[in-house]
Formats: sequence, structure tokens, C-alpha cells
Amino acid sequence: MTEADITRFIYHEARLLDEKRWDEWYALFAEGGHYWVPLTRNQPDAELHTSLAYEDKLLLRLRIERLRRRPPSQRPESWSQHVLQAPEIEADAGDGWRTRTAFHYAEARGDAMQMYTGVAVHHLVAAAGSFRIRLKRINLLNCDAALPSIQLFL
Amino acid sequence: MNRYRDDPAAIRALVRDDAVHRDVYIDADIFRLEMERLWARTWLYVGHTSQVPDPGDYITCDLATEPVLMIRQADQSVRVLRNRCAHKGAKIVSDASGNTGRFLRCPYHNWSYRTDGSIAAIPLRQGYAGTNLDHCEAAGGLRPVATETYRGFVFARLSEDGPAFQAYFGDSLSSIDYMADRSPEGEMEVAGGVLRYMHDSNWKLFVENLNDTMHPMAAHESSAGTAKELWADKPADAPKPMAIEQLVPFAGSYDFFDKMGVRVFDNGHSYSGAHFSIHSAYAAVPDYEAAMTRAHGEARTKDILGTVRHNTVYYPSLTIKGAIQTIRVVRPIAVDKTLIESWSFRLKGAPDIFFKRNVTYTRLINSPMSVVGHDDQQCYRLLQEGLSAGSNEWVNLQRDYHPEERNAPDLTVNGTSEISMRNQFRAWANLMSVA
Repeated sequence: MTEADITRFIYHEARLLDEKRWDEWYALFAEGGHYWVPLTRNQPDAELHTSLAYEDKLLLRLRIERLRRRPPSQRPESWSQHVLQAPEIEADAGDGWRTRTAFHYAEARGDAMQMYTGVAVHHLVAAAGSFRIRLKRINLLNCDAALPSIQLFL
Repeated sequence: MNRYRDDPAAIRALVRDDAVHRDVYIDADIFRLEMERLWARTWLYVGHTSQVPDPGDYITCDLATEPVLMIRQADQSVRVLRNRCAHKGAKIVSDASGNTGRFLRCPYHNWSYRTDGSIAAIPLRQGYAGTNLDHCEAAGGLRPVATETYRGFVFARLSEDGPAFQAYFGDSLSSIDYMADRSPEGEMEVAGGVLRYMHDSNWKLFVENLNDTMHPMAAHESSAGTAKELWADKPADAPKPMAIEQLVPFAGSYDFFDKMGVRVFDNGHSYSGAHFSIHSAYAAVPDYEAAMTRAHGEARTKDILGTVRHNTVYYPSLTIKGAIQTIRVVRPIAVDKTLIESWSFRLKGAPDIFFKRNVTYTRLINSPMSVVGHDDQQCYRLLQEGLSAGSNEWVNLQRDYHPEERNAPDLTVNGTSEISMRNQFRAWANLMSVA
């Protein structure tokens, strides 16, 4: 695995989200993998502290299936755009790779568009000639702000 | 010019026994009067004493759009002060929480105050020689607000006039007892952070929804219904993940929500889940139940753990969920803008599983990223927009209306009745029509 492979994987992951290819995105998560958006800066824990989101594969599946049903809050539906900086890749510590990717994220719905920025931290493990996501942690710059509904995946 | 201010008859005409006029939700003049007459005169939730354990500890918030701070005194009492310098009016404290030591100091001209709000020092005080400084408005310092504490819940009344605390809440306070008594020590503490969810809708739409048992099977079909389907092929005795245990009951039937029951009190308070609720079927925790029995005795423990009220509304500012120790606080900002804060409590002396349940629930239901919250929020917004449509200016609240309910100070009826909303508007009209 080269750094170029990792970078390609991170870009591909964001593209699947923006193109709403959710089943392919879901398949990128390892068994036991999590998607986490902490509520506070440097939050150490997701079980004994509230988070904006902390989802295992069951909850990710629920979120995806719900979006497909076009629920009330998805009429009109939301669209996202990730704008990523090149990932910083830490050396393999023996349990996979950790990357830090600064991002801008826009979520548009009808006439309104929300803008967010922050750093996505991935913990990737090798699997079947590619990678699986053990953890995708999104450190939002304004995680402690009063926020409106954020409906898609950061 | 506020067209309702001097017209109590016009305000009364907005509330019928079984319907309300749309202006209560969309008229900015009404919103301004609500802050002055309804919010300022009633007991508003500020915070919990566990958030300010030591002298000088404070939290800040806006009550009825007015900035206040809650601060621990050297004698351990907790005061609520107006967060406004007596000099030129700057907000004194801007952090959400902190410790100020013995004094609060204005960042603009260094006027400083003791933690009880009285003036401690003014720079170049001799410059006020010969003025009436000691007898004018500024002499009051950071003015205190009437404060009452119940089981650590701190409430404040901004207006000097208004109902007394106990008379205002009456027996509805039992919901706070049932929540705190789930601790073997009878005490709770705020923990785990606050979710702050901005709503682009009127505050009442949120408050009414807390006892609206006719919406989950419609608005939450996409989330709770999906959760139910994802778990449908599992054996009945398979241990449920916490998320499934919490989400699936939202997909309960009309019959389930009807049999839950709803109880209303004077002054707009109420709770749904008078008999059972969506929180009734959570897994038992045997060691904890033994500790509860040692602390509270067998009968009271059975009573506490068997009381799983759904949402209790402390009209107008607070809603609590005693069965899982989470609260939602209503902070109105404008006629179509409301901040909802979700706070979590840890039961002292109880195992971590209760706090994990609490944290999981509030994240699944109350977060700006909640798949449940998204559809509530959208429905409030649809109301806010739809009410501008012409030809029908009335909101229908007739479900299970019976005229005799108007004079009952404490009534328990079937869960799908819209009585809690009618009850809120009766309190609303009483307070709003008095200048």
C-alpha cells in the first residue's frame, strides 16, 4: 500500500457520499467500524459523552435506508459537496493507517446552503487489496455551535 | 406600534376552547408580548446547581431573550443576575460557563461587582461626587432575578409580579422527583455536554409536540419504521442494541399511544405516558434495583421504576424525560427561531449503563444530526410556512375535546387527546391578556 493508494481511497470515499452511492460507501466500513462526529474539541469518548453522531454499521444502515424513503425532511432532498485537502498520512503503527484530511463541506437543500469545515480523521485497515474504515472521526470546527439540521454524511 | 399590546380582547379572541388563531405562531407583535407577559411572569428553567459546584462558578443563558447568569455564592446559595453592566449596559460575562472568583468585572470600563450583583468598585469614583449615583438605576448593580431551586433545578422569574413557584407548578413537580429518585442517592448531576439544535420555527410548535402522540407513527415512520424492519428477522429473545431498544417504540401503534394516557395540570403543564411509555421496555439492571431498594425501600422503588412518564412539560421553558434523565430547554429567539438545548444528567450512585442510555438517546433523538429530529424540525417548519396560507386562519385542536375539561385543574385522559395543547393555550390566554 502506498501513500497514493491511501489518498485515492480518501478521495473516493468522499465522492461516493456526494454521488449518493451509499451502499458502496457503507461497504467501505470494517465490521465494528464507526462514524463519529464529536460534540466537543478533543472529546475522548463517545459512550459517556454526547456526540453529534456516533454510528455503528447498524445505525449507518438505518440512516441510509431512511434517506432512500424520502422522509419529510428530504423533500426537497439534500445534496453535499466535500472539498478535500490532500490527506496527511501517519506512519503505519502496526494496526493500520491514520490520516488527517482538512475539508470544506457544503450541504444544499432547496434555496439554502450550509457550509462547514474541519478535519476528518480516518483509521484505515488493510482488506482485500484495499482498505476498510475502522473509524471516521469528523472534528467540526464549530462542533459546539447551535446547529440546524445536518442531514447527509460529513 | 404593537397592535395587540392595548387590546386584551383581541388577544383573548386568538384562543378558542378548541382552536387557536395562526397569529400566535407567526405574528412578531405576539412574540414580543409573549416574552413580556408570559415568559417574564412565569418560572423559567435556568440550569442545574451541579453546573456551578464552587463559589464563583457561573453559567450564562438567555431567558425570554434577556441575558442572565446563574452564579454560586460564597454561602453556597445560587443566584440569577441580569447579565448587564449597571454603567453602559454591556454584557458582563460572555463565556457559556466559568469561574469568576470573588468579583465580576465589566470588560469595557472595569466596573466590578460582588457575586451577589452589588457594586464593589467603580474606577475614579470621585468623579461621581455630587451626583445621585447611589440612588439612581445604576446603584442596583447586576440586578438579581427571583430564583427558586427544586431538587437542583434552578428556575427564575424575570418579572416582580407573577405566580408563586409552588402554586405555579403544583403536582407537576413530581416528575422531577421521579427523575432524581432514580438515583440511589436521590441526586443527579449534569454531565456529557449539551446538544444545541437551532429550529427555524416558533417555540410553541416544539413545546406542543412533546405531548403530541399522534405524530410519531407518521413523522417518524422513516426512522423508527426502518429500525423496526432492520431488526425484524432477529429472534424475539436476541439482546437488542440500545439504539434498537430506543428507536423501535417510536413506531408504536395509535392504540399504544392512546393507552399511554396524558395528564394535564393548571398553568399549562402536562405529561404524556401517564400509565406507561416508549421507555417502559428497557432491559432491567438487577444490581441497580437492589441498590435502589436499599436506598428507597421496596414499595417506593417499585413506584419509582414503574413510573416511566414520557415527556413532562414545565410550561413554557422546560421539558423533561425522567425515565432516561434527559431534559430539553426552550430558548426562544424570534417568532420563527428557537434554540433547543438537550442536557444529560448522571444518576449519582447508579451504574454507567443509565448514562450510556441517556447519551445514546439524546444523540439519536435530539442532535442536529438526528434522523428523528430532522423530521420533527421539518414538520415545525412546514407549519411555520403553511400557516401563511389564506382562507383558514385557525389551527384545529379538537381531538377528544370535552367542555368540562376547561375547569379541571388536574385531569388524566386518553393519550391521543389534544388536551395538553388546549391546556397550554388556556394558560397562555390568561397570562397574555393581562397588561
